[in-house]
Amino acid sequence: MNRRRLHPFSHVTFTLGFAISALLVATAALSFVYTPQDPLQMSIAGRLQGPSAANWLGTDQFGRDLLSRIMTGAVTSIAVGVIAVGIGMGIGVLLGMVSGYFGGWLDEGFMRLIDAVQGFPAILSALLITAVFKPGIVISMVAIGIAFMPVFARLSRGSFLELRAREFVLAARALGAGDGAVIFRHILPNTLSPLIVQATISFPVAILAEAALSYLGLGTQPPYPSWGLMLKDAQNFLSMNPWYAIFPGGAIAVTVLGLNLLGDGLRDLLDPRVRG
Amino acid sequence: MRRFILRRVAALAATLFFVSILVFVVIRVLPGDPALIIMGTEASPEAAARLREAMGLNRPLPVQYAEWIGGALRGDLGRSIQYDVPVGALILSRLPVTFPLTLMAALVMTLTAIPLGIFAATRHRRWGDYLTMILSQLGIAVPAFWAGLLLILLFSVRLGWVQAGGFDGWGQGVLPALKSLLLPAIALGLFQFAVLARTTRSAILEVLREEYVKTARAKGLGEPAVLVKHTFRNAMIPVVTVVGIQLGQLMAGSIILESVFYLPGLGRLALGAISARDLPVVQGVVLFVASMIVMINVAVDILYAFLDPRIRYE
Repeated sequence: MNRRRLHPFSHVTFTLGFAISALLVATAALSFVYTPQDPLQMSIAGRLQGPSAANWLGTDQFGRDLLSRIMTGAVTSIAVGVIAVGIGMGIGVLLGMVSGYFGGWLDEGFMRLIDAVQGFPAILSALLITAVFKPGIVISMVAIGIAFMPVFARLSRGSFLELRAREFVLAARALGAGDGAVIFRHILPNTLSPLIVQATISFPVAILAEAALSYLGLGTQPPYPSWGLMLKDAQNFLSMNPWYAIFPGGAIAVTVLGLNLLGDGLRDLLDPRVRG
Repeated sequence: MRRFILRRVAALAATLFFVSILVFVVIRVLPGDPALIIMGTEASPEAAARLREAMGLNRPLPVQYAEWIGGALRGDLGRSIQYDVPVGALILSRLPVTFPLTLMAALVMTLTAIPLGIFAATRHRRWGDYLTMILSQLGIAVPAFWAGLLLILLFSVRLGWVQAGGFDGWGQGVLPALKSLLLPAIALGLFQFAVLARTTRSAILEVLREEYVKTARAKGLGEPAVLVKHTFRNAMIPVVTVVGIQLGQLMAGSIILESVFYLPGLGRLALGAISARDLPVVQGVVLFVASMIVMINVAVDILYAFLDPRIRYE
């Protein structure tokens, strides 16, 4: 293996992924201060237009500018992605570390619970939750977060099982460290690297799930712009303005592609075993 | 092996118990008063009280749970408020759409992913390999429901070859029914191929590095024989696992695709039930699908142990 491969930016996957992800974040940030047009401004005369000089990506059924709406939609995607992964990681790691550290019947019980949660992909949790609560962006964050819980729980359980019998943990305990100190100060920091990689991998999955939930009407609600919601509306106007269905979907695909490449690249860089 | 299966089945019972608890807690406990959800907040107190009585909501929660789950085990999931028929019968009536769609998608996925994975592995670090990996990156990035929309745009709006959705049932003949499920199955399966193709590729690469493959080559066996006789069988172990796990994903995915193509399956049943505040139906469908996914996962575990005897002795 040569040294060039180790440099993050010489890694094609990582670089490309990083560039696309940076573009996504920049677009979302820019949308707070500037969009080509007001994303909520309607225009009856300019309904369902294709791409033009005035509206680069065309307009929707209310004559609103698609480019501006896609830009603001990026904020929704990022927000749902970050919070959903945070929820899944928070609860998952907590369950996983208690499970792996204490073992025994607690472990057995938690693992069956995790198996059960695995039966609830984001769509199913969202269906269940929206049956009793109003659909909205918070519901999609929670539903997607729940779907991520098992993978984080298993990952941190595995690390805790492996590390709890290691010398440095025994040494810490011999010196009088309590369970809390051993868990948080000695073991947890050593389990972070695979968790970070998993979080990066989960982020684009969350964005896909958010789009799907909004498409079904279970996630983000109008007038908040969301890429999935735009596609839901676009379906009714496929023959009148096909671009309406193409651009928001393209935005999802490019975003997910970029984040996946970033995740793959990061994994290669952080985990030398898969390299070479 | 028998002990392994028994242990997995016992664990499955515990898991299914948790599944039912989760569904019960969300539908019956979290909302406070399910009767008000069903009737809306503008309902008169008397009417709400009557519904509460009819649904048994006045009794203690453990009793409610026991009655609900006891019924579910006998196949009685309660009555739909919207249609006034048993929820079980409603679910059964929607299976002839969701199951074939899931299976067809699985078929599309397997038939594209495994050959592509093998192709990529045999051309490791050459153009064929890179091309397959690029395709699979694109496959992961494209949401299935958008793929469905694009297929409708192309084949129905532009070319006019097929109708944009709908399903007339199997009574109108097998071929027309399969035809209405084809586009959704392609959208769902083709874009799920990526994970499986990658798994197949790395599984084969892994096996090709084994000593016994080197031995087979050393004794003069040709490359096709090495692949077919010595590599595939062992490489198929992780592949089967991924197919199994994906089956659950595809079932969840079919819920979305049913909406894209207006197919009267389980997903549309549940979505319709949500807008009609038909809690027993949502509860029944979610319990059914989640249990199916959990059971598929256990079946995959057992299958895995059959294929790879090392697992059993853990």
